[in-house]
Amino acid sequence: MADVLLEARDLNKHFGNLKAVDGISLEVAKGEVLGFLGPNGAGKTTTMKMLTGFLAPTSGSAYICGELVTSENEAARQRIGYLPEGAPLYGEMSPASFLKFIAATHGITGREADDVVASSASAVNLEKVMGQRIETLSKGFKRRVGLAAAILHAPDVLILDEPTDGLDPNQKHEVRRLIEAMSVDRSIIISTHILEEVDALCHRAVIINKGRIVADGTPSQLKAKSKYRNAVTMLLPEDRAELAASALKSLKQIAGVEAAREGNQMRLTVLARGGGEIADTIGDIAAVSNWQVSQFTVDSGRLDDVFRQLTEGEDQ
Amino acid sequence: MTAIMTILRREFSSYFASPVAYVFLVIFLIMQGLFTFYIGSFYQREQADLVSFFTYQPWLYLFLMPSIAMRLWAEERRAGTFELLLTLPLPTRAVVIGKYMAALAFAALALALTFPIWITVNWLGSPDNGVIITGYVGSFLMAGAYLAIGAAMSSVTKNQVVAFILAVTVCFLFLVSGLPMVLDTVGAWAPDAVVLAVANLSFLTHFDALQKGVVTLSDVVYFVAVIVFWLWVNRIVIESKREAG
Repeated sequence: MADVLLEARDLNKHFGNLKAVDGISLEVAKGEVLGFLGPNGAGKTTTMKMLTGFLAPTSGSAYICGELVTSENEAARQRIGYLPEGAPLYGEMSPASFLKFIAATHGITGREADDVVASSASAVNLEKVMGQRIETLSKGFKRRVGLAAAILHAPDVLILDEPTDGLDPNQKHEVRRLIEAMSVDRSIIISTHILEEVDALCHRAVIINKGRIVADGTPSQLKAKSKYRNAVTMLLPEDRAELAASALKSLKQIAGVEAAREGNQMRLTVLARGGGEIADTIGDIAAVSNWQVSQFTVDSGRLDDVFRQLTEGEDQ
Repeated sequence: MTAIMTILRREFSSYFASPVAYVFLVIFLIMQGLFTFYIGSFYQREQADLVSFFTYQPWLYLFLMPSIAMRLWAEERRAGTFELLLTLPLPTRAVVIGKYMAALAFAALALALTFPIWITVNWLGSPDNGVIITGYVGSFLMAGAYLAIGAAMSSVTKNQVVAFILAVTVCFLFLVSGLPMVLDTVGAWAPDAVVLAVANLSFLTHFDALQKGVVTLSDVVYFVAVIVFWLWVNRIVIESKREAG
């Protein structure tokens, strides 16, 4: 892969007997947005803390643009923009003075600092609240302040820990749009447990569970593992539904039928055996048998289903 | 150095972000006045010096310095900005020193605001200003030692109140180890060398000479050593808290 900006080699972190992170290796290329998925407690945040040099790995190492990340190596930290979980900020400061402080920590001062503060603030639409105390801002604005602080020094790598957690849908959309805009010549890694985010934003997704990587691929590759791959969902009157269900179950390509009542109609979800294409066949049968289908959709696979399949399995 | 200044500036201005700083300064000055004029009988002594001003400072500082230092790290850990701060491209050492120096600058400001007492004593008589200056230097060094302990204790916990209590406790031990009461008790069973060592640990012993105008290298070295030691402890605690996540 060309231009790998962020690399983790066999990262391990043990807290006493607990293996929080158990051998994670990954690479993120320039221009790539990597979604880091996993249930709560899977080791996402711990991994990110090791990537930023906040935590020292028990073994293994992380590299940012070829620099080894340690708590001592400021050169590596200089190239990272980090939004910690919950976007902690100094509440008593104003966004203007906070961003100036962050700029100063990166060695940016004077006129140049004013410039980078102004441009990062306008990138996240903060201009209106620059003089207000941060603690009086809404959650959405606070998150934007955190993002502005993370991007202000034009880092090569952005590490964002649950950047949209706790935001309303509009704010989430806003933040995603921002991340997308920033991704052009950077490597971005985003941890989340919100799966729609991955679809909306990520070029690649890594699912971790109990400190290990259990899946790694593009969102469509991951979705292809779902039992809903190529499943057909249709809405039809109740009296036809039973008939249709039993007719479909007898077909060889069909693995099963799930039914759910919706008013006086039934929603049937027909699962394809082995993810094969069944839409045409079902469409033909439906037309011939006059099932009076009012909606007809083909699933491309469901990430949440894959996610559950991969992360719940071991518990049971 | 720039890293230290960056942290110092932010930390120092954050003291003034709320009225607490002003309230503190007022309380400090009132308490200082009470000790000097009532308990220290400044007027009744009819002497042109600031002995009554400096004598009670170790006791005043016992509570006031930990209250300056308590928020330094505890607040940072409570608010989660600890992680933000330590992932900035700054050496941890610079952050520890910068924060400490912000507290020290605030204490220096409080101490500087006691200048009316110096004017008063010069107006009423003709004191030996050299002694007064050494007194102030000693007072500043002692404040520095208290703050270094306070900063280290603040990094132990997320709770400012707990940080305060821990700091007062440790400072108290450094204070009372010079009291005759304690030294007599120790002297009853321990050899003289131990008594001397215990006495030498005390702020009182070392501050006493300075406030009388006697600058000895050993007193200055003592305070600097105490400061360096506790900042080192502070750093160690920060590293271990970082590891704990």
